Amino acid sequence: MTATKVPEKVQEPAVVRTGADERRARIIGVILMVLAAVVLGVFAFGVPSGASSTFNLSLPTDAIQDISVTFNSRLFSGVAAVIIFALGVERLRRRNLQRTNTALAVGLSLFVLAFLAWAAADSSFSMVGMLRSTVISSIVITLGALCGLTCERAGVINIGIEGQLLTSAFVAVVLSSAFGTWAGVGGALVVGALLGALLAWLAIRFRVDQIIAGVVINILALGLTSFLASRVLSEAQDLNAPARVPGFRIPILADIPVIGPMFFDHTFFVYVTFLLVFGLHFALFRTRWGLRARSVGEHPKAADTLGIDVLRVRYRNVIIGGVIAGFGGAFLALAQISRFEENMTGGIGFIGLAAMIFGRWMPFGALAAGLVFGFSGALAQKVAILGTGIPSEFMLMLPYVATVIVVAGLVGGARPPAADGQPYIKQ
Amino acid sequence: MSEPGTTEPRDPGPPAKPPWLARATGVGESTLRALVLPTLAFITALIIGALIIAVSDVDNLRILFADPGTALGNMVEEVARSYRALFDGAVGSINAISETLFATTPLLLAGLGIALGFRAGLFNIGAQGQMLIAGIAAAYVGIYVSAPAIVHIPLTILAGLAGGMIWGGLAGVLKARTGAHEVITTIMGNFIALFLVQWLLTTEAIQDPGRNNPVSAALSGSAVLPRLFGSEYRVTIGFLIAIAGVFVLHWLLFRSSFGFELRAVGSNPQAGSYAGMNVAIVVTLVMALAGGLAGIAGANQVMGLPPFKASPALAGSVGFDAITVALLGRSNPVGVMWAALLFGALSAGGRVMQGAAQVPIDLVVVLQALIVIFVAAPGLIRAIWRVKGEPEEATQLTTGWGS
Repeated sequence: MTATKVPEKVQEPAVVRTGADERRARIIGVILMVLAAVVLGVFAFGVPSGASSTFNLSLPTDAIQDISVTFNSRLFSGVAAVIIFALGVERLRRRNLQRTNTALAVGLSLFVLAFLAWAAADSSFSMVGMLRSTVISSIVITLGALCGLTCERAGVINIGIEGQLLTSAFVAVVLSSAFGTWAGVGGALVVGALLGALLAWLAIRFRVDQIIAGVVINILALGLTSFLASRVLSEAQDLNAPARVPGFRIPILADIPVIGPMFFDHTFFVYVTFLLVFGLHFALFRTRWGLRARSVGEHPKAADTLGIDVLRVRYRNVIIGGVIAGFGGAFLALAQISRFEENMTGGIGFIGLAAMIFGRWMPFGALAAGLVFGFSGALAQKVAILGTGIPSEFMLMLPYVATVIVVAGLVGGARPPAADGQPYIKQ
Repeated sequence: MSEPGTTEPRDPGPPAKPPWLARATGVGESTLRALVLPTLAFITALIIGALIIAVSDVDNLRILFADPGTALGNMVEEVARSYRALFDGAVGSINAISETLFATTPLLLAGLGIALGFRAGLFNIGAQGQMLIAGIAAAYVGIYVSAPAIVHIPLTILAGLAGGMIWGGLAGVLKARTGAHEVITTIMGNFIALFLVQWLLTTEAIQDPGRNNPVSAALSGSAVLPRLFGSEYRVTIGFLIAIAGVFVLHWLLFRSSFGFELRAVGSNPQAGSYAGMNVAIVVTLVMALAGGLAGIAGANQVMGLPPFKASPALAGSVGFDAITVALLGRSNPVGVMWAALLFGALSAGGRVMQGAAQVPIDLVVVLQALIVIFVAAPGLIRAIWRVKGEPEEATQLTTGWGS
């Protein structure tokens, strides 16, 4: 691929100060102030004044042991409340949407930290353990989002991510059990590509509504894998015992406190995923392939006029997206869960779709959204263990609620590719 | 949205040369096409299903190369046995027919809701969540209200209707006020509803005492739907309510001015807006009504299905199967009824097939998905069976996340 300089974005919506922006800024200011009130009222004064919280920043397996932070719970939450309140006031005065997401991100992070300090008052809490499981549970979400954005940047909506993940997970388990890890991964990539091709074929050749095609692929995948699991895997148990994927500790980097166990002590799947985020970003915004894909997704007619084969680009992107989803399915089945269970994806493909939107159709956005959503999943587990009295269901709900808030346009300013979901008919 | 939502069949125009079947039967070509393509889709799906049954038998595969004759014979025999069990379980006896109608009831109700959305250009993937919220609402009323059945049953159904309308209506309000795409909001709504219901079912107010898992207490007897053909057959008056829904929806869509407005908005929102229709109100109302229909299906799952308790699994996969029902029925209330009967029969037969022939019921899900793929892509089925005639436009409902 030849690297050509292309603009960062095809279209940048101009920043205009409108009444709607002003209203939104005010809503966000008020939300931040409410958060500050909760932090002060519940998290700061909900603990005894002398209570201290301890966050453990090392795992028992780490090279450098016993790093931890201990602090006064009430003092910490009090300071957090003041900062969040100040951010809210600043929003109210500002009256436009500049740096809204930064303000919200800082406010919410402080809120979560104060929450953890409250939950861990007079006890200790393995912060690094939670961050590590955040990274692990973010991988499938991120890969699902990358799959979705590869398709949608070229103008094809892929709602069948869930089905692609599930089917490739099944194939990965069977082939890995029979022939080893690499056969499993390879098979998963091929099946992902095939399902991508099916989606593209239905959507492009037969112009089936893309959302219908995706929904039907999900149903087909669920039916087929459940059928085969109860008919084949229950009879041949040895086919549901995938080879263990060895971890690969990156020397030196893995010994860095906090960062090491989070990012540098995983299976190869995790490293490939991070490389893929960089690679896809480069490919989309710095190569001819990316420019063509984006132009097909934004204005297929113009692309066609310039001699780009619109349908070919779309086929290619949807199949590449399928391969990415196949990789995600392989990770889920071989490294994360290590066996196949009926409907083992359980909606994670849809979280991936949400992460794609949350990340504004950008690879790094997808990674960030994947980490945020993975964090809320890890938090839900921790909260259940800590026994705070807060139902873990509410934590599990967070990614979905966040997505609704984003698509409703309250925060984020998500804008899909202009021709997303529209079939192209050559004149 | 620039593309019109072409859910209605195109005007076929004067047929140049009617195919042999049209000449032989004297039926018009458009009617024939409406029947032939779904039938061929069904047959194709059954053939693919047979192949799946045949090649997924581990024992036969092991002897396939050593003794191909026996293996192939076994495979054919197994397919025949499975499909016979499927047929018997669907329509082979009075009990089978009762089971078919029993399975049809929620599919039809939720399918009508999704069809209503399609007509207005709205893709409601949230029937699952709407059913869950409705089921829990119905459970509260069914447990806490005490009244004679003649009052209690309608009241409990109304609670389900209201629960579904609220959940569907929320997506409608979001779409109308902020432009948030209903596909995203309803998918997210399914998960939010699931976790909400899981939590509610562990609260003291509704959880079955003595249970640790999220299950409600049983409804009082006066809220249980009476059975249609006596106590040994499971089909309830819920089926009659669903059939009534077909007529009501037909009237609403094709005989009322609101139906005209919603179809106008569905085919072209801009034009509808210029013609003075309030698109925001139409969108909100349609999503609420669609949710309400799914809601009645959710209430039916609690009131009609022993042991008459609400659980996070109360919707089963009905909310998603209903999408296939609405697609197969081409969003026409009567068509949706036939589609729901077909999928209800497959589901009832699938259960018998699982018991009698040890073929997992999930095969039915595969068949449903295949049928809908073939119906949604008529060009595919024409290519397979070499059916001539003017190709029809594939259904286009959505045109992207924007607008």
